[in-house]
Amino acid sequence: MTTSFQDVASGTAAWHRQERRQRRHVQWRQFRRGIALPALVFALWWAAYAFHWTDSRLFVPLGEVWETAVRLLRNGYLQTSLAASLYRMLLGFAIGSVAGLAFGTVLALSRLFDNVVGPTLHAVKQVSLLAWIPLISVWFGLGDPAKIVFLSLAAFFPMFLNTFEGIRSVPREFTEVARVLTFSRWQLWRRVVLPAASPSIFTGIYLALIYSWLATLGAEYLLSAGAGIGNLLTDGREHFWMDQVLLGVVVVGAVGFALNWIAAHLEARLLRWRGKSIARY
Amino acid sequence: MPQAATLEIKNLSKQYQVKGEPLPVLEHIDLTIQPGEFVSIVGASGCGKSTLLRLVIGLEEDYQGEILLGGNRIVGTSLERGIVFQEHRLFPWLTVEQNIGVGLLNARIPEAEKRNSVQEHIELVGLKGFESAYPYQLSGGMSQRVAIARALVNRPAVLLLDEPFGALDALTRAYLQQELQRIWELEGITAILVTHDVEEAVYLGDRVVVMQPRPGRVKRIVDVPLPRPRDRASHAFAAIKEDVLGEFAGIPAQTLAPADAPQPLLSA
Repeated sequence: MTTSFQDVASGTAAWHRQERRQRRHVQWRQFRRGIALPALVFALWWAAYAFHWTDSRLFVPLGEVWETAVRLLRNGYLQTSLAASLYRMLLGFAIGSVAGLAFGTVLALSRLFDNVVGPTLHAVKQVSLLAWIPLISVWFGLGDPAKIVFLSLAAFFPMFLNTFEGIRSVPREFTEVARVLTFSRWQLWRRVVLPAASPSIFTGIYLALIYSWLATLGAEYLLSAGAGIGNLLTDGREHFWMDQVLLGVVVVGAVGFALNWIAAHLEARLLRWRGKSIARY
Repeated sequence: MPQAATLEIKNLSKQYQVKGEPLPVLEHIDLTIQPGEFVSIVGASGCGKSTLLRLVIGLEEDYQGEILLGGNRIVGTSLERGIVFQEHRLFPWLTVEQNIGVGLLNARIPEAEKRNSVQEHIELVGLKGFESAYPYQLSGGMSQRVAIARALVNRPAVLLLDEPFGALDALTRAYLQQELQRIWELEGITAILVTHDVEEAVYLGDRVVVMQPRPGRVKRIVDVPLPRPRDRASHAFAAIKEDVLGEFAGIPAQTLAPADAPQPLLSA
């Protein structure tokens, strides 16, 4: 559907409406395409047992996994585990990303701070996240506090690095315009630096979210006291309850997908102004 | 109407420090611009004309000599002096309306007046209907018009234009020169245009200041006593244009930088 010159010239309200319609059409098409593969996998899974293609005990029929899901929902185990995991993830994400945002900002704006703290942070970021576990378990035990420290670390580094880069790469052209318009330091910060850095900061948030969720599972395996989806999975593995294991996998995947979807939608709204500056093949 | 004020540039000199050695960029510039005048500054690349504009707008500060606006020494940037750069430099996260509004952020006038002023200036540059468009939705010419509106919305005493149409195609350039001329007449503003396009300089200016490079100096000032709007095809116009172009005859293309000039960022 092409936009006529009249649409554009008569006012961009009509244009915006048309843009929205086109976007929804594209989103629906993308959803259909995206759901095709998982749907196929589930279909094959179901078919494998329905048509007796396999009898293996290392895998279970879709029906059994569904029954386990219903059972665990009824006795509340699934909800409590999921809630515990999500709570930890969000808390760790919140602490880590706020700290990352703060450090990234201060290091980008203050040369002194960058020179003093920067080298240490950049060295520490190379340390694999999992290498922190022994230290954390000795200092904080195996319960919730330890997990939250671990998750905060996971969220901190992507947020810090992206914020730092984002703020440092604000083009000089914009800061000159701010000077010409006699912006105060606060106005420069709020109206130029922050919006200009927002795509990078958003990438930081997105990565921090993903890493937090991944780290939540890791934390629950390695710091195993307490409840959570990771514990649900370990339980299933220890008792050889494959249906529970597979249910755990599906739930983890679903949460990951949901987080991704939320982040993508937030980005679409907040970074609408970037328009079509990227290539389309 | 903007407050009329005379801009006086007295004995202005500027050097850059390159590898410890001073590199003179401007030398003994003397120029007085009357209120309401349109002055074009024309010169080859590297003659310091952009530096001159940056000194007047207050983005560069270290210089010898004096720059006075209405008798007062200029200090840093101010809403009394506006500038349009070669790139539009619109904030991509703001709409057209908001971008122009940003010019009035620190203006001490009531909100209602600000809104009216923004709307007036959108219409002045011929962009009525595009208030809610983002810069990515605009063409180069349209974006530059928004930049002009943003510079004018403050009703500055002096409007500086640094090769504002350099990044645009020839057709848009010709159209925008006409528009600028119309806006200048309507607003009665003092304008200083820097360009390397001699025809543009003669079309728009009451006077054309010819600068020569290395170091930047005023070579000659040519009067353009033609009635507006100017006819590019007229004999008188062509004569003045030839006169100005004549000042550049015999100067070889300045493509090679002298050994002591700042090194380009990307060198072989």
